[in-house]
Amino acid sequence: MVANPAAAAAVVHAWTALQDVMDPEIPVLSVVDLGLIRRLEVDGAGTLEVDLAPTYSGCPAMAVIRGAVETALRAAGLGPVRINDVLAPAWTSDWLSAEGRQKLLRYGIAPPVTAVDTPRGIWRAPTIVRCPRCDSASTEELSHFGSTPCKALYRCQGCLEPFEHFKCI
Amino acid sequence: MSAAADELGIAHFDYLLQLADTSLVLGQRLGELIGHAPALEEDLGLANIALDLIGQARLLLSHAGAIEARGRTEDQLAFLRTQDEFRNLVLAEQPNGDFACTITRQLLIDAWQLELHEWLQQSSDAQLAAIAAKAIKETRYHFRFSASWLVRLGDGTAESRQRAQQALQQLWPYTREMFEEQEADRLLAREGVAPPLAALESAWRARVAGVLGEATLEQPAATPYRWHGRRGVHSEHLGHLLAEMQYLQRAYPGAQW
Repeated sequence: MVANPAAAAAVVHAWTALQDVMDPEIPVLSVVDLGLIRRLEVDGAGTLEVDLAPTYSGCPAMAVIRGAVETALRAAGLGPVRINDVLAPAWTSDWLSAEGRQKLLRYGIAPPVTAVDTPRGIWRAPTIVRCPRCDSASTEELSHFGSTPCKALYRCQGCLEPFEHFKCI
Repeated sequence: MSAAADELGIAHFDYLLQLADTSLVLGQRLGELIGHAPALEEDLGLANIALDLIGQARLLLSHAGAIEARGRTEDQLAFLRTQDEFRNLVLAEQPNGDFACTITRQLLIDAWQLELHEWLQQSSDAQLAAIAAKAIKETRYHFRFSASWLVRLGDGTAESRQRAQQALQQLWPYTREMFEEQEADRLLAREGVAPPLAALESAWRARVAGVLGEATLEQPAATPYRWHGRRGVHSEHLGHLLAEMQYLQRAYPGAQW
């Protein structure tokens, strides 16, 4: 594919187009920020192939995201498009881009803290989740689970505001 | 197809149904609690766990349909099989009961899935290994939730302790079938598809004993009676659950969302 300049340009164009496809539940994050797009390539027949990594097995937003990705790529004139769900390697919150983490913080959601290098990381709540509003390190976990599969519920003991934390998986 | 390959294919399909149905049925049970859990955080927690389990069941059922190669989709397998064709653990279909009962059932199954998913990441079935590698991240959160709650209930007030112990007495006999080895289990273990059940059992026992110890609960004695949900023999509760879960597809066959 490298030898084909038209295909290479289409891939670059596709990456740009996907930066505007937002997560329906966390509308400040694009599918690129979330690290959901694992591969973009134009095959021999001219079809744009998209490898998409689902986040949680049961996340209801995935069907919407899949549809939005396809719509955006077609609207950008990049069709035909084929979307492949890729399970392995399993999506991890480590794939959130640095820019995505900054956007989350500004949106009021504490980004994932630690890298998920060992399973042990999940057994305990991360040692310090800083409050996205006042940056206090004095926070407590209220619930392992939140309004979507990817978030947990916290409370800041500094400013007393509740906030959400994007879980590390 | 040779007779041996055929036997393996049937065992493989059946095994995937066992895993999928346990997740699906437990997910459906937990779904009954949405809007009814004792507190908002628990409502969110149980709903999230239900969602993960149903998501895992979808992946497993789709894969089972592919292995069976008769064109059955995840929806057909979930909504158009009868009670006798379900392969879930009988434990998963037990009613929610009180909160102690819901949590105890969850802990016993979470610990089982934790050990199972850990092992299945190395399964010779690559798709099953990929599903397990994804599921285990979720299962760890489920276990953390149910284990921490069982410790709080067991090592809590006299009332909560008594209820947790009672739930354990009631549900413990259903755990035996997790490790009841059939010829198909030995075949799948030899082929590297599924774990040897003896190894799975000792890991599960150690994990559950750790939580019960911390919860100051007593492990009930083994009982002779065995359930065989994995072979399609269920308690009366499954039929009622399926009647509700499958209602729409039974009343309006082929209805699309």
